[in-house]
Amino acid sequence: MSEITHYSQVWAHRTPRKRLFMWIGWLGLVALFVWCWQMMTRDTIWIFVADAPRQAADIGNRMMPPRWSYLPELWGPLWDTINIATLGTIGGVLMAVPVAFLAARNTTPSLHILRPVALFVIVASRSINSLIWALLLVAIIGPGLLAGIVAIALRSIGFVGKLLYEAIEETDLRQIEAIEATGASGSQVLSYGIVPQVMPAFWGISVFRWDINIRESTILGLVGAGGIGLKLQASLNTLAWSQVTVILLLILATVVLSEWVSSRMRHAII
Amino acid sequence: MLTLEGLSKTYKTGETALSDVTLEVPKGQIMGLIGPSGAGKSTLIRCINRLVEPTSGKVMLGDLDLVRLGKRDLRRQRRRIGMIFQEYSLVERLTVMENVLSGRLGYVPFWRSFLRKFPGADIQRAYQLLDRVGLIDHADKRADALSGGQRQRVGIARALAQDPELLLVDEPTASLDPKTSRQIMRLLTEICAERGLPAIVNIHDVPLAQQFMQRIVGLRAGRVVFDGPPGELTEAALTTIYGEEDWNAMRQGDEEQAEAEADARARIAALA
Repeated sequence: MSEITHYSQVWAHRTPRKRLFMWIGWLGLVALFVWCWQMMTRDTIWIFVADAPRQAADIGNRMMPPRWSYLPELWGPLWDTINIATLGTIGGVLMAVPVAFLAARNTTPSLHILRPVALFVIVASRSINSLIWALLLVAIIGPGLLAGIVAIALRSIGFVGKLLYEAIEETDLRQIEAIEATGASGSQVLSYGIVPQVMPAFWGISVFRWDINIRESTILGLVGAGGIGLKLQASLNTLAWSQVTVILLLILATVVLSEWVSSRMRHAII
Repeated sequence: MLTLEGLSKTYKTGETALSDVTLEVPKGQIMGLIGPSGAGKSTLIRCINRLVEPTSGKVMLGDLDLVRLGKRDLRRQRRRIGMIFQEYSLVERLTVMENVLSGRLGYVPFWRSFLRKFPGADIQRAYQLLDRVGLIDHADKRADALSGGQRQRVGIARALAQDPELLLVDEPTASLDPKTSRQIMRLLTEICAERGLPAIVNIHDVPLAQQFMQRIVGLRAGRVVFDGPPGELTEAALTTIYGEEDWNAMRQGDEEQAEAEADARARIAALA
């Protein structure tokens, strides 16, 4: 035992310098929080805030009980909403696939021209919310389902494109090399070496995006792009709170169902 | 059949992997390439089918210099060179049959390969090869459902599906257990003998190389430092290739392993 005594018993995960910086960093964050809080609350009228529980209880009272007789009127718009999500997802995925192959470093035909263009398409699509896409499209192609479908599709390109091109870049090089060594052409290397490797990711991403799109399409009606959101807007405008409850519960049920379907499908694929 | 003349490769990092390698592999010869890790074995065989671009030198397959070929011609010539990989490099999510048929990609148009509508002769040949490597019952399984030894057999069938005139084999047994390694090496050498195929085999395991190769080339730091039959691979030769080490002790160890294997086989035979 005695021969190990000259080894130190002290070991620190971080150097003193790093610890000092971490401490200063935390202090800065707390200070920032305090400052932001003051900015935020400067214009708050505290009487309204104090009144909030009573107002919430009031609206809650008007929302209860739900007006279940309103339900039959909702099946049509709900079906529209599901169609917007599904067709929009299909359209988005169809457009996203070529964009992803152009954006992936290992499959792009031109690293300096087409790849930046594809990346820009992805960023542009992602940076605009579907509600805003829908607003623009309602103005361009008029209100209705089509505007909703196109809005969902445009928003989906970026999401699917980004995740898919990352999956393409992560493919196993050795499998691709082996196909190249057989004398296969570029398109054959794509279809035998790369596509089989990204198929699970492709289906997983598509189903995941469909699930998200179900949620997003429920509100597109607020700006006139069809679906159950139209009914929600109408009920809100007429202060028909008990109908709003029915709509919200229906949306909740739909989203839960779509989550269940998508998780089952992803399990089956992977 | 294959002649390398003054083949050199310097990577972009400035590291020289091969310098001035000149070799000739005649028809039907199985040549083992040994050497320490980083000696350039892998680079050498990848320079032959230009998965790695050589910096200078010639790769003559027959009387054609592969180094000078354009993309399209290179693809046509790659069909003549079958390659077998260390980690099998099968496309894991495709079936065994698709993997074997992928050896025909250089011969069929894109639409046929995309629709999996290969010519009848190719399919017949794929079945024949699967039978030869003992996997005919596994044709419709997915490649990732097979064991290591089985995957390497599929790799061999894929390379043979190309109807190659030369085999490049990169560490075929590095991921396999000793018994499976010997089975794979036996299969490889038998197949080469059947077809008079020349092969270049990168191999880590010196005893395995001595057992199965007709000729051994030792590579050290990108240069050929030994070239001769396995019998001439003396202790001195191994020291030039790998550096100082107690080779006799290692050989004894290998004999012990062989004895233990024989012993185990005998016991299993007795049980059965």
